[in-house]
Formats: sequence, C-alpha cells, structure tokens
Amino acid sequence: MVDNFGRKSLPWGATGGSQMLDRATKIKIHDLMVKTRCTEETAISMNKQGEGFFWIGGAGEEAFGVSLGLQIRKGQGPAYDYLHLHYRGAPIAMAMGTEPIDQIRQMRATATDRYSGGRQFVEHFAIPEWNIVPVTPTIETQYLMAPGTAHVQRRFGGEGITVVTGGDAGTAEGDFHCCLNWASRPGEELPLLIIVTHNRFGISTPSSQVQASNELNRQAEPFGIRNSIHDGNDVEAIWAALEEAIAYIRKERKPYCLQANVSRIFGHSSATGANRVPEVDCITAFEDKLIKDGIMTRTEVDAVWKKWKEHLKECLAQVRQEPLPDGADIWRHVFAEPATV
Amino acid sequence: MATYAQGIRLALHYAEENLGLTDVFGEDVGPPLGGVFTATQGIKCAWNSPLDERGIIGMAIGIALAGGRPVAEIQFADYIFNTIDMLKLAGNLRWSSYGNYGVPLVIMTPVGAGIHGSIYHSHSFESMATHIPGFKIVAPSNALDAYGLMLSSIVDPDPVMYLKSKALMRVKSEHLIPGEPGDLAELNKRINAPIGDRSKWVPDWPAVEDYRVPIGKASVVREGSDLTVITYSRHVLECARAADQLRGEGISCEVIDLRTLFPVDWPTLRRSVAKTGRVLVVNEDTEVTNYGEHLIRKLTEEFFFDLQVAPRLLAGVNVPGVGISIPLEEASVPQYRDVLDTMRDVATQPGRGTTGEWPLLPETVFGRR
Repeated sequence: MVDNFGRKSLPWGATGGSQMLDRATKIKIHDLMVKTRCTEETAISMNKQGEGFFWIGGAGEEAFGVSLGLQIRKGQGPAYDYLHLHYRGAPIAMAMGTEPIDQIRQMRATATDRYSGGRQFVEHFAIPEWNIVPVTPTIETQYLMAPGTAHVQRRFGGEGITVVTGGDAGTAEGDFHCCLNWASRPGEELPLLIIVTHNRFGISTPSSQVQASNELNRQAEPFGIRNSIHDGNDVEAIWAALEEAIAYIRKERKPYCLQANVSRIFGHSSATGANRVPEVDCITAFEDKLIKDGIMTRTEVDAVWKKWKEHLKECLAQVRQEPLPDGADIWRHVFAEPATV
Repeated sequence: MATYAQGIRLALHYAEENLGLTDVFGEDVGPPLGGVFTATQGIKCAWNSPLDERGIIGMAIGIALAGGRPVAEIQFADYIFNTIDMLKLAGNLRWSSYGNYGVPLVIMTPVGAGIHGSIYHSHSFESMATHIPGFKIVAPSNALDAYGLMLSSIVDPDPVMYLKSKALMRVKSEHLIPGEPGDLAELNKRINAPIGDRSKWVPDWPAVEDYRVPIGKASVVREGSDLTVITYSRHVLECARAADQLRGEGISCEVIDLRTLFPVDWPTLRRSVAKTGRVLVVNEDTEVTNYGEHLIRKLTEEFFFDLQVAPRLLAGVNVPGVGISIPLEEASVPQYRDVLDTMRDVATQPGRGTTGEWPLLPETVFGRR
C-alpha cells in the first residue's frame, strides 16, 4: 500500500501486524469501520439537506480510529484509560461502543443529545463512564489537558493510560510542544500516548506550505520520548503500532508519540463542501484485503453496508421526531448548583 | 494575626490534610521557594511546574477531570493573559458537556499594583476574569477571609478564580484564624521557611480549624447611611480608612467588601443602596469596560428612581501600564487621597431630594421602584 505521502514502505518504527489479528477481529473491525462511515455520511447528508448546521468528523480515519478504540481499557476513573479526542474521534468512540443515533442527535442538536444537550458541534463527545473527556472545538488545547489526567494516573498506579489525539496542522501551536515537555519531566514521566493524525491539510492549507517536516512525531525526540510513524490507512499496520505503543506505556509508565498518516475523505468539514476527495480510502483497501485473504466475500461486505445504511435511516427517522432543547435550558449546568446571576 | 500570605498557606495546609486537596502547583510553588510570596511554603502537595502558563491551566483541568482537587498558581496575573482560552474552557466544560463533566479547580494569582512592580507586575484581572462565564471569582482583603475563601474555593464543585492582592501579602490580620497562635512571631517561627538551606525544614503547623467564608457573600466593613462604597481586595483598607476619617466630618459611609466578584451578593448591595441612594465603586483595574461598570449598570437599572446622584466609579486610569516610578504609579491607580476625596464628593453632592431635578413618574410606567 502507498500512503498519502507516496511511501510504499514505512520508514521506521512499524511492526507488521497482519498475523496479530484473528479473523473474527478483522470482521469486527470492518463492521465498526462501516458503521462509523455510514454515520458520517448520514451526518454529511443531514448538513446538505439543512438538518444539521455543521459537519466535521473522522471519515477517512476509520482504520486508525477503530484500531485504537478497540484497544482502549474502557471504564471510569484513573484505573482506566482517559481519552482526549479532537473532532475526528468518531471511529475511536464507535469502537468503544457509542451508538450512531447519539451522533445523529448531536448533529441535529436535539434535546436528547447526551453529549452536549444540543450545544456542541457533532462529534463532540463527553462520556464520563468511559473517561472520554469533553471534546473541545479549540485546536490543540486537548494536548494541555491530557497531562493532567495522566498525572493523576501516574500517582494512582496501575496500567491506565491517557490518550490524546489531534491533527498535523494543530502541532504548529505551542501547546503540542508543551505537551511533550510536561509528559517527559525527569522523574515525572507520564503514561501518555500522544497521537498526531496527519492528513496533510489544515482546512485548505497544505502542510507542505507551513511545516518543514511531515514527520511530526520526531518533535518528541529531543524530549527522549519514544516515537514512530505509521500508515494509518492500513488496519493491520496501525493496529500493531498502537498495540506496541500502548503496551510500552502501560508497562513503562512513560510517554509515546505516534503519528498516523490518514486520509480526509470528505475534506475538512461542511465548511469546505464535505465532498468526496480522491484519497486512499482505508475501508475500500481493507475490504479488498479481506476478500483477497478469503475472510469475507463481496456479498458479505455489501451486506454490512446495507445493514448500517438501513440502521442509520431508522436512526434519522427517530431523531427527526425528537424535540429541540427549550431556550430556557441555557441556564442548566452553568454551575453544579442552580446558577446565581 | 497571620499575614495574608500566611492565611493562604494555612488554608492550603488545612485543605491538604482535611479537604482532599491533591495538588498545589505552578512556577516556583514547590520547594525550595514555596512561592514568590511564600504562600505555598511547607505544603506537602506543592510542586514546581514548567514555566508554561497555558500548560498549568491545562494540567489543572486535567487533574480536575480525573477526580483531583488542584490549586494552580499563575505567578502573577500579568502572565495569565495567554491562558484566556484555557480559562474559557475551564469555565464552559460543565455547560458544554451538559453536566457530564465538572472541573473543580482553583486558579490563584496575585493581582494589582501597590508594590512598585512596574508594567508587568501590576496588572489587575477582575474585569477579564468576570467576563469568563462558569467561573466564580473571589478577591479577599484580609488574612481571615483569605483563609476562609480558600477553603470554600477548594471544596467548590466549579472552577474558582482566586485573586490575591500583592500589596496585602504582608498585611497582618485584625482577626485570628481559628486555631492560629495569637503571637505573630511564634507563627512566623513555626511556619515560615528559614533563610538558606531548607532541605531539612519541616513546618510546625498550628492546629487551624475549618472556617469557611461562603462564596457569594459580601461583608459590610463599615455601616453608614450617606453613601454606599462597593470595593474589594486592597482598596477595602483604603475605603474603610476614608470612611473613618469622613465620619469625623459628619459623613456616614457604608463600605462593602464584595469578597466574591461573581456571583455578586446583590441582596447586600440592594439593602445598602436602597438606604443611601448613593453609589461609589472603587477598584484599581483600568476604567474602560471595568468590572465596576457592571455593578453600576445593574444598580442603576434597579434603583434609577431611588438614586440621589449619579453613581461613580473610581478606578485605574486607562493607560497601557503602571509605571514603576512612584509618581507614575500614584497617578495610575487610586490612592488614599483619591478615595477620600471621591467618597466625600459623592456623599455630599446635592442630590435629587435636594434639587428636585429628577422627574417623579407613576410607578406603573416603569414598574417597580
């Protein structure tokens, strides 16, 4: 496979993982990838039809995201993994167990939106029972908060880790540097997986115009942080890379910086049209391999798509019946107790 | 009898022993220095952070998200401005996640002039801080309140901005913190870190007790009937002193120490303004879009027909900084003479009741009066 930078092979750090995934896991991964993509496509369609104000999401990051989500130790509190996601985290969340209908609710900004009560853009999860802390629209600020949960985990002990994700463009903010620094203080190293998903663009600006290097993980080297770069469109490769990085952090209680090169299959967001762009589609690539390896047939693959498309139609029909929030609701949750103004 | 800085230190000690305080951190907050104003000396859970204000706020948010109870310090409010979006996130995470997460954290930072700190050690921050919804903002004026407000801030389920006055750090309290020794020399000996090698020093903490100043509760430090003076932080001392002097001139001033800037203790302000019909707000932040304007706007809306004279704001002048030279600082932020003269002026200015120049309209036209 050739990644988005035209590389046929990975420069270093990767450990081929095709033997690590069993048949059932591969089928499960595929199912989750399609489930996520159908949800994204429904949200895009809603935006185009005026049923949602703004779409942004993780379409094109399914190989990376599902592989990560399935390796998370899910639960509440410092014994479990914390996730500081950015706004392309749906594949991760879906692999952890979120349901499409909740994403559709947030897209439509209904009162039933369990993540934000109709206040946030889509894909802004907040799930305390799984340690998914609130996704913020601000670029890179999640890299400043992630050391905090990792700090608590370091003190707590055990094997829980913190995972933070963000895009390549955001690493230009000093916050990325700050995260590397906080994570690697001598004697205070943090169990923190610092991930950069590199899709080569910041909205419309190519990274080649504004960043000298496309191996952003190497910024971790002066801090003594182990790091690697991988083809995030290759399920088996990125699964293995994440597995290795996560195992290292759980055991060594030290940070790791991982770059996954991914596609942005519908562009930045609805602000740039959300139209299909000619990039590597990790789902298509994975399906070709599954069929070639005799794990699934084309008919079985098509059936997965049909199943989730029909499910999303039902979700959308359901959500259309659900109420929008009441205007007076703005006063809820300003403070823990009834607001005093 | 403790100083303001000692009041904070004693509160942090009490909270780490009794209230679940997990982290006190910031630049030079841990040993050996224990804070540039000594407010964190001897605190077991105090540690030094990188010189990274945005990272400090982010770390505090993360700790709070994971169940910790942090007090994070920005060494001077002058250096907090690059953290505004992090503060906004702290303020909005509960709201934006529809109550899924809260971030119980305290950000403490020294504010104001009065120590000849030049342009970047003299900033005020309340006008900006109170513009960040989701935060509670406190600004104590004495050691006992510094203690009681810190304890209330630490146990509060929401983010609290704790604005501590640089100029008050060495000011001794008139009132004892419950459990502190009455002799300041003894307290100093027991809890002040020694000069020189501190590596083996351990504080001998007095058995201070739980004492809370409720967030949102002001204090009437001087009662009076001619003028309501609303202030906080170090200008409480100046306004109280001026009220005492004016009392000798037959002018009765009520001085209110807000203590909490948000949420505002409107009932206390209402009671006073309804009584006096005259309002003066005193602070040292720059006057344009000053926090005091908010107080005056709300009080004017509510008491327009009851006010005897136009409400007044005495604040810092709107120049880019506070110069280090004495005449420059004195010309930039309200001094005692400014406070005294303005209080006298607002209290004695001919009012509506004297001149009859305010129209008296039927109550039904404008609703309540």
